[in-house]
Amino acid sequence: MTTENATPLVRLPVLGGYTKEFYDWCQQRELRFQCCQECGTWRHPPRPMCTSCHSLEWAWAPAKGTGTVYCWTTVYQALDPAFAEHVPYAAVVVELDEGPRLTTWVTGVVPDELQVGMPVEVWFDTVSDDVTLPKFKPQLPSL
Amino acid sequence: MPALTDLRDQACIVGIGETAYTRGTPKSALELALEASLGAIEDAGIQPGDIDAVILPNGAGSGGTAGDFCANLGLQDLHYTTSLQEMGGAMCVSAVESATTALASGIAQYALIPLCSRFYSGRRARQVTSDPGTGLQAAETIRDYYAPFGVAAPPQHYAWMTQRHMQLYGTTHEQLGAVAVAMRKHAQLHPNALMQRAPLTLEDYLSSRWISYPYRLLDCCLETDGAAALLMTSAERAKDLRKKPVYVTGVASGHPFPPHDIPNRPDILKIGLDFCASRAYAMAGVQPSDIDFAEIYDCFTGQAILQIESAGFCKKGEGGPFVENGRIELGGALPVNTHGGLLSQAHNTGMNHLVEAVVQLRHEADSRQVQDPEFGVVTGWGGHGHGSIAILRR
Repeated sequence: MTTENATPLVRLPVLGGYTKEFYDWCQQRELRFQCCQECGTWRHPPRPMCTSCHSLEWAWAPAKGTGTVYCWTTVYQALDPAFAEHVPYAAVVVELDEGPRLTTWVTGVVPDELQVGMPVEVWFDTVSDDVTLPKFKPQLPSL
Repeated sequence: MPALTDLRDQACIVGIGETAYTRGTPKSALELALEASLGAIEDAGIQPGDIDAVILPNGAGSGGTAGDFCANLGLQDLHYTTSLQEMGGAMCVSAVESATTALASGIAQYALIPLCSRFYSGRRARQVTSDPGTGLQAAETIRDYYAPFGVAAPPQHYAWMTQRHMQLYGTTHEQLGAVAVAMRKHAQLHPNALMQRAPLTLEDYLSSRWISYPYRLLDCCLETDGAAALLMTSAERAKDLRKKPVYVTGVASGHPFPPHDIPNRPDILKIGLDFCASRAYAMAGVQPSDIDFAEIYDCFTGQAILQIESAGFCKKGEGGPFVENGRIELGGALPVNTHGGLLSQAHNTGMNHLVEAVVQLRHEADSRQVQDPEFGVVTGWGGHGHGSIAILRR
């Protein structure tokens, strides 16, 4: 038996500022990113100013939740003990259709089945009372 | 208006010091950094009290604060100190840039750049589970947006870039392995290399275990303890010192955009070095084809290949074929990391790369000496891909 009771089963973000707002939307099953109210440019991770037009006016705009696989790494040695039981797992960068890219997991496929450009869609994984993570799964072909 | 070329050859590295590189040490970071500093001071043939600038690549994490170095070395009249912490592993070459500006402008006359890295006795990469503890914005990005998905340590998020490089350009595992094998061959010629007595074949490389695909264990740098220091002064003062000066003929730093987050860069293979290499060559008035050897920040094999491209030694995407067939080994067209690099000598955050470049340009590298080099390049890489480059000449 481990005595490392302090080791959480999941590695949680620190919920403060914009990060709390991002994950609060996830908890409501919505994937939202900052979108500039002046020029419409999306951005992530959150920050105060629009890189394109320097406006400080922005809103949490809903993304459709669809995108494609951009790149990934498959972790075989869990450096973080919280992930020991998950190896091998792929930490995937997904590019949303609106433009922002997100670090996430693509579930429902093994890492070897991942392909650059693979269409994926979001689902929400509640990992603690306060935190819901946006994860992805392959898009089903439309009928 | 001053031009960048005005800085060419205005400052020199005139002293180097380096402790033994080990796994584990009974000495404190400050003790190691002071030992290396005394080595550099002795090598230059000056007195400690001559030093009036202390450039700390890693802030207080360099081994001590500027105050610590003043108090121990007896520096009574410090003019200038600064820290390059946010550059990550690019900090040491950027420290040379800072020292160059301070010396060329007359703000200071003798600059000490000390750095101790305790990657074995201190916090190890495998212990970085969430917050890397740097207090920097990139660290918050890791903690809040990568770590919940099991990405916190460099072999993981840097592997993204290499996976992308393999996907786009067809870079192979054997080409990554060629970097690891070349570094090991060079380390076997260096008496202060951790892997001096551990030969490595491509087959050994290909059978080492996966860490974070496409990175195997042998794609990853060592974790060691040790310190090094540089002593720099103006070109005019350098002429009177003990050793042949090594001139900073070009130097520059650059940042990927956005700096703190890898996935949201328009092109994740556009790194800090892409933004600064041309500035350094313009300052130096030389071309990549003029360079006799390169000490490339090889935290991982794939990052070395990226930087070989960005430093102009081949085109984007051609780094894989470039490193094959012994081209980056001693005797090849561009010897890279003639000391064994971070992969096989030691991980002193690239200070060891600067030290080796000076040794090579003094023509004091014994059995690993590049034949009559005139120009050497040193690159730095860190944070999430900040870059720096120094073009040094004898």
